[in-house]
Parts: sequence; C-alpha cells; structure tokens
Amino acid sequence: MNEQEPFCPNESRRSFLKKSTVITAVALTPAAAINAANNHWDEHIAAAIENVSLSVEINGTRHTMDIDPRTSLLDLLRENLHLTGTKKGCDYGQCGACTVHVNGERVLSCLTLAATTDGSKVTTIEGLANGDELHPMQAAFIKHDGFQCGYCTPGQIMSAVACIREGHASSRDQIREYMSGNICRCGAYPNIVDAIEEVQKGGQKV
Amino acid sequence: MNLFQYVRPAEQKTAIAAVAAEPTARFLGGGTNLLDLMKRHIMQPEKLVDVTRLPLKGITQQGNIIRIGALTRNTEIAEDKTILQNLPLLAMAINAGASAQIRNMATTGGNLLQRTRCPYFYDTAMPCNKREPGTGCGALEGFNRMHAIFGFSDKCIAVNPSDMNVALRALDATVVVNGPKGERKIPIADFHRLPGDTPEKDTNLDKNELITAVTIPISPFSKNAYYLKVRDRNSYAFALVSVAAALNMDGNTIKEARLAMGGVAHKPWRLTDAETFLKSKTATEENFQQAAQIAFQGAKAFKHNQYKLKLGPNTIVQALSVASGLKSV
Ligand SMILES: Cc1cc2nc3c(=O)[nH]c(=O)nc-3n(C[C@H](O)[C@H](O)[C@H](O)COP(=O)(O)OP(=O)(O)OC[C@H]3O[C@@H](n4cnc5c(N)ncnc54)[C@H](O)[C@@H]3O)c2cc1C
Ligand code: FES
Ligand code: FES
Repeated sequence: MNEQEPFCPNESRRSFLKKSTVITAVALTPAAAINAANNHWDEHIAAAIENVSLSVEINGTRHTMDIDPRTSLLDLLRENLHLTGTKKGCDYGQCGACTVHVNGERVLSCLTLAATTDGSKVTTIEGLANGDELHPMQAAFIKHDGFQCGYCTPGQIMSAVACIREGHASSRDQIREYMSGNICRCGAYPNIVDAIEEVQKGGQKV
Repeated sequence: MNLFQYVRPAEQKTAIAAVAAEPTARFLGGGTNLLDLMKRHIMQPEKLVDVTRLPLKGITQQGNIIRIGALTRNTEIAEDKTILQNLPLLAMAINAGASAQIRNMATTGGNLLQRTRCPYFYDTAMPCNKREPGTGCGALEGFNRMHAIFGFSDKCIAVNPSDMNVALRALDATVVVNGPKGERKIPIADFHRLPGDTPEKDTNLDKNELITAVTIPISPFSKNAYYLKVRDRNSYAFALVSVAAALNMDGNTIKEARLAMGGVAHKPWRLTDAETFLKSKTATEENFQQAAQIAFQGAKAFKHNQYKLKLGPNTIVQALSVASGLKSV
C-alpha cells in the first residue's frame, strides 16, 4: 500500500459495512463482518472476515482459501502460491508477460481479480510440461532461441499455445497479429514466430 | 487500489440493487478498463458487483435483429458465424482492438463503457476536467497528438478509444439497459456524449443501470464493409484514426452508405453529410475524395494533431475504396 492511499479509515469503513446489511442476501460478506463493524472491533479483524473465499484449480491442484478481494490472479499465483513462473511486466495489461489460461482461454492475470476465478481451472507455465518432458512449445522456444533475457517467455509460451489451439497460427502474418499482445523488449520476435510456426506445422498436440 | 467489497449476485435484479445501494459501486465486466483505472487510483469504487456470471451471454438472431448479450466476450462476437455472415464490419472492428488476451476478457457492455480518455486523464499530477471536474484540461495546450478534431469543447478534447463502438455506430445498434426504473433502449447515437461542460460524463447511462444487450438490425451492408484502423504500430495500439465503411451497392452504384470514424471525437463519429453525398453515386476515387472533403468540413486540429486533417480524409478514401471493391486490401 503506498502513502497516498491510507488504509480505509475506520468510520467510512464501518458505515460501508453497515450499509451492506441491506444486501446481505447477495453479499459474500458474512454477517459476522457487519457485527464486527457494529461492535467497533478491530478494523483488521473486520477486514479479515470480509475476505472472499475462493476455490480454484491451478495446474490440476485445487486450492481453497480466503483472499483480500483486491488480489489479482497474478499476485495470487506469485505471492500467495509462490508460482513465480508467471511474470509481472507492467501490471496494467500492456505487455502480456502475465498471460495464463483460465478455463482454456488466454487472459491477462494482472487485470483479472483472483476472486472472479472461483470455480475455474487455471493453467500457468508451471503446468505445461508433462513431468520432465517439456511441452512442444517450450522445446521449440529453446530450439529456435525464442528469447534472450527470458522475462517475457512464460507469457509468450502460454499465448503461443493458445494461439495454435484457437487456430490463429496459419501463417507468419497471422501469428504476428495474434501474438501482438505479448511484448518482447529483447526483440526475439522472428525466433518466436519460427518456434510457433514449427509447432503448428509439426501437428503435435498442444 | 482502495479497499472494496466484492459481490457476485446470481440475478440481474440483485446486481442492480447492489450497485444502487452504494454511491460508488460499479458493475465489473472483464475488468480490463476498470481494474486498470483502480490500480491507478483514478476510479475508487467501494464495491464491485461482478456481473460476468449473469445469464446475459451469447448471440441470437430474432427475425431481422441480431441480439448480443452484454456479457458476451469480444472474441466470441468476432468469431461468431452469424456475425461474420451478417455483420462482418463488427468482427473486423473488434479484431482491430487490443490483443487476443484482452478480447478474451472484454465484455460487450464493458467495451461500450470503457472510459473516453487521454494521457492527462491517467496522469494524476496533471489537471483533467474528466477526472476532476473544474481542474482544467491539460491537453488543450499540452501534448495533444491523439486528441479530437470534432465535437470537442474547451473543457475536454479526449477521444473515445473503442473500435467496437465505431462499428456499432455505423450499424445503427441499440443499447438495451435495465435499471431500478426498469428497462429502456438507447440508440447508439445517443449513448455516448460530447464533452460540453460535463466531460466527466462519457455516456447517458445512469450509474445504476446495467447494460443487458446490444441489438443490431441486419442490413444490406454486409458484403461491402471494411474497417480500417491507422495506428503507430501494426497491432495492439489505439487508433490515430479509424473508419468503418459499409456500402449497399447495386453493381457499381452506391445505393446507400454508412460511415463512422474513431479517434476523432469524444464519441464514435458518424459522417452523415458524406453518406448523403455518396447516395446514388458511382464508386470512384473522385467521389470518395469528395465525400472525404465533405466529412472533414468543420474539423479543427490542435498543435500536435494537425496530421489528422490529412490522415483522416485519406483513411476515408482508402476504407471506401476497399469496401466498394475498387481496391483490394
Ligand atoms: C493495453 C490495452 C490496450 C487496449 N487497446 C484497445 C484498442 O486498441 N481498441 C479498443 O477498442 N479497446 C482497447 N482496449 C480497451 C478494451 O477494449 C476495454 O478495456 C474493454 O473493452 C472493456 O471491457 P471490460 O468488460 O473489461 O470492461 P470493465 O473494465 O469490466 O468495465 C468498464 C466499465 O464498464 C462498466 N460495466 C461493465 N459491464 C457493464 C454492464 N453490463 N452494464 C453496466 N456497466 C458495465 C464497469 O463498471 C466499468 O465502469 C485496450 C485495453 C488495454 C488494457
Ligand atoms: S503484467 Fe499483465 S500485461 Fe503486463
Ligand atoms: S526475451 Fe527479454 S523481453 Fe523477451
């Protein structure tokens, strides 16, 4: 939390919690949180109770936990679950480094609230290999030098796999267009296109 | 980000009541615009009402009308057979926007409501009447390369950044909304606003109203349609200018034309005078040049966006040439 943004002050926080009794039927906030606020309990207790419960399958493993509603899927993966393969480039949807699959579709985990993935299946770069056997796209990136510093690579690979699955890799131009959401500051673009083209032409199951 | 409460109601009614109960509450679609602005402290809702699981998804055809549920993702529209067959202009415009990942996330309602904005709106150290009414417009005398040439005011010169909206404007879409006072239908022409003295308001939607669908009439414009977007790089960038052109042709004669532009105004900009001029004209480059000149009567540029006065008409001519079949892409 930075200094310009103080933690929600007590009074407004309580009134906000109290007001929400009106819609307790729909709110995920347990009544206990409203009690906490009404009884002037410590703010942090109230905040903790107000957390959102989340059950999400990540790389085949189900995780059930309570999270701060502000948590992005990216921060959930990296900070809460220590799956640091998914990278934070910009954190504002501009670079694609944080690309993961939610229910089979590529999305930006930095602009996805973790709470919205409740009940979903998430696949990250850590979930792509089959044991020690690299996914064909991982192998192709190595073969074609599809990276230099490697920071954008997990996002590139997750996006590349989706690009083929979607049927958007039929030509080099189409690959470039449908991979444009993944920025590479090292400029490995030609090699990335080579890798994707080879996997697409190889016809392996991605 | 400020602290907020997250709720995910199962019904439309409860979602609307949840937003109505809290002055700062917002509906949450794909989150690609709202979360971005929340991370930058530009929007600070105390409650987010996640509507993405409401049964407002999918594309259906009822007679001559195509109905797109407000929670339908951009990718789904761009790949839908009914859309590709009847409204290819819409698919082209959507595919010209953002990236594959963002289009997988973006909802129809969210795209309609993405903020009309400019770099000064994002820069909290600078004045911006849209972000903080009364502080002034940083862009007027500032770096205004991306800004409006039509319909601006001295309070705000930002442009609406959506590609989808430009196609919807050309296709005479209607926005269907539901709110505490019931359902109403807003023609796309009246949906977005010009800045005037209240640039903080992008649209005529009430805060507590939920967009439930967009409807579009099927028209005889599908065969001769083209969306042309000019940007600083080939992909994944906002438009400098864009043109949605759709023609109803009889041989080489234009029976009727539809033209709208993006990147030039606070709302998707329809070029009605140029449309009138093109009616019953032959598809020739001279006619397209003239239509473009007519469209740009009244355009006014600022210090850094003079280029739009030339790029705009050229883009109109090019879009019409491709749409009419006079030129290939
Ligand atoms: C890096 C980047 C590049 C981009 N490039 C382009 C581009 O080139 N062209 C382009 O067109 N767009 C572009 N976009 C914008 C993108 O298309 C929008 O962010 C997206 O369409 C918003 O949809 P959403 O569902 O994510 O909206 P959200 O962020 O969820 O919502 C946006 C607003 O709409 C409200 N809202 C959402 N759904 C409803 C509803 N059903 N009823 C009432 N209110 C609702 C929310 O409260 C919020 O105020 C870009 C975005 C990013 C981050
Ligand atoms: S970190 Fe998500 S797009 Fe850059
Ligand atoms: S390899 Fe360095 S950013 Fe892509």
